[in-house]
Amino acid sequence: MLIEKLSNAFGVSGNEKEIRQIIKDEVTPLVDEVTTDSMGNLFALKKGGDNSLKVMLSAHIDEVGLFIDQVENNGFVRFKKIGGIDDRVLLSKKVYIGENKTPGVIGLKPVHLGGGRGVVVSDDMFIDIGASAKDDKLAKVGDTAVFATKFVQSGDILRGKAFDDRAGCAVLIELLKNTYPFTIVGVFTVQEELGLRGATIAAYNVNPGYAFTLEGTTAGDTPMKRDVSPSTNMGAGPAITVMDRSFISDRRLVKLLEDTAKRENIPYQFKRTITGGTDSGAIHLSRGGVPSVTVSVPVRYIHSPVGLMNINDLNNTISLVSKALQRIPKIKDMS
Amino acid sequence: MEIKELLKELTEAPGISGYEMDAGQIAMKHLKQYSDEVEIDKLGSVIALKRGDQTGEKRHSIMLAAHLDEIGLMVTKIEDGGFLRITSVGGIDVTILPGQAVTVLGKEAIKGVIGAKPPHLQEPGESGRIIQMEDLYIDTGRKKEELEDIVNVGTLVRIESEFTELSNGCVSSMAMDDRAGVAVLVETLRRLKERKHDWDVYAIATSQEEVSGLGARTTAFRLQPDIAIAIDVTFGDGPGISERKAYPLGKGPAIGLGPNFHPKITQRFRDLAGEYEIPHQIEADPYPGGTDAYSLQVSRAGIPTGLISIPLRNMHSTVETLKLDDIKRCAELLSIFIARLDSKFQEELKCL
Repeated sequence: MLIEKLSNAFGVSGNEKEIRQIIKDEVTPLVDEVTTDSMGNLFALKKGGDNSLKVMLSAHIDEVGLFIDQVENNGFVRFKKIGGIDDRVLLSKKVYIGENKTPGVIGLKPVHLGGGRGVVVSDDMFIDIGASAKDDKLAKVGDTAVFATKFVQSGDILRGKAFDDRAGCAVLIELLKNTYPFTIVGVFTVQEELGLRGATIAAYNVNPGYAFTLEGTTAGDTPMKRDVSPSTNMGAGPAITVMDRSFISDRRLVKLLEDTAKRENIPYQFKRTITGGTDSGAIHLSRGGVPSVTVSVPVRYIHSPVGLMNINDLNNTISLVSKALQRIPKIKDMS
Repeated sequence: MEIKELLKELTEAPGISGYEMDAGQIAMKHLKQYSDEVEIDKLGSVIALKRGDQTGEKRHSIMLAAHLDEIGLMVTKIEDGGFLRITSVGGIDVTILPGQAVTVLGKEAIKGVIGAKPPHLQEPGESGRIIQMEDLYIDTGRKKEELEDIVNVGTLVRIESEFTELSNGCVSSMAMDDRAGVAVLVETLRRLKERKHDWDVYAIATSQEEVSGLGARTTAFRLQPDIAIAIDVTFGDGPGISERKAYPLGKGPAIGLGPNFHPKITQRFRDLAGEYEIPHQIEADPYPGGTDAYSLQVSRAGIPTGLISIPLRNMHSTVETLKLDDIKRCAELLSIFIARLDSKFQEELKCL
């Protein structure tokens, strides 16, 4: 299963080699040309009828994780976080470190000895790899570490790590199987979690007429202390972003998606929080500006070791964007 | 079977206190290979008997107790959205729970996660506060109606943790406390096949240590051994842990010293470890409790009791970590101790 392969793959921001290679192998048979740039963005170009119009579809391949910044003489490994991770999800989790995928565990003080009485901050945490001395082959400064979470499916529910944004990557790969009446450039971007870095140069490079960012976004339909409108609901269809912290979606693209969903009877929802940013934030500012929109698969517990996603949301996101893209040429007639 | 594979099999089987059946079957399978009789008693303890060569009318016996049960979670409520509220079975540290993968052991096993709100949806200051048990929940992605046929109040939940081999002969998993001890039981009996011993040996994987010490208490009452040894885990070394309270991994099993243990048993372990050059440590603790030795010592009219522990990092977490060498050394020391048991030693135990 594609999403399984993508979810299990390694690719912490700044070190996306493994996931990039997996995606490259997937998309090469589907498109006309595959290229990369100096930061590691992967471009998959597929020609269509009208070569004067270019639409960029982007999904980021990087995931949140850990960055090794110290290995102590006694072999314990210290780290900094990459991306917005709550310190409280880290204790007692397993990780894999570096290219050799050295297994390690984030240790803690046992509850019998006074542990568990306050929030431990990540700067005070350590990874135990079993070593009793420094060994570069096992872990070294500059290595990244990912959560050791294996994908599982249980009915419609998928459980795994990095659905933000391997969900978007899965949608994008599926979209590249179709042909469209214009040129399409699928961009698998790097370093989104560090501030939309990859998308910034990718959008300049592609210079598209329109851009769609495909995401795995926060689903907030979980127990809350206060009654707040959930960000998105899992199982309720693709979430269209009208606005987030990084940009305001192009209103014509929002309308196109909404109209398409209604016409095709595809469930959809609007994202109801404006927190978080996506690659659209960088893309819409590129060159003279690019009309952009973000469409997301709702994912519960993003930026933690393990999230949940509904497979119907994934499939409906593919259908919605696919159908909407076919109607892009009509956008000129929209006000 | 290699100790590593044995330990993997033992830790992969669920055995939350009071519901030790799955782990009990695995323990029984392995104990059976090296014993004359094995049974699971009515309270969930696995009892293996390996007879010694003694010929006298009164048979002497030693009981080895390692607890079978592990800590876990239990469902207390199914919320309208299908979210499961939980409580702990045994001493669970709530700070390890957010973001954990779990298996709900209902009529069918269901995968879930203990939900952790992403930073994007948190209110200011929220990340500085511990999430208490009553605010945690399990999310299976299923609706309440779907769950009601499979899960009920009281359904147990196992925190998932894959057995992982680290570097340097270390391994990490859930439930090393005290499947490591159960592995010691199997390995000790295996070694006793090669070693002549007079006394009968009861190797017991005890139930419910984490909640009440039930298994050790009831089996000791029934079997009335002459000597009892508990095999458990103790605190391993690591950042932030005082050296006074920690027993480094790889430096051998820790021999219990203190009022809970018969001084001559403690001394015999030390002497034998010295004689056979087995690396070992001394765990001095004035306060009885925390292991099966607590109830063994005061069973019936009293049983001379000892304790040997495997140093373990991150106790009561999903990443309990130990060094395999320490298990082997523990089994070696125990098998020598058992092989050297005789009436002279028993006489010595009669007074302190």
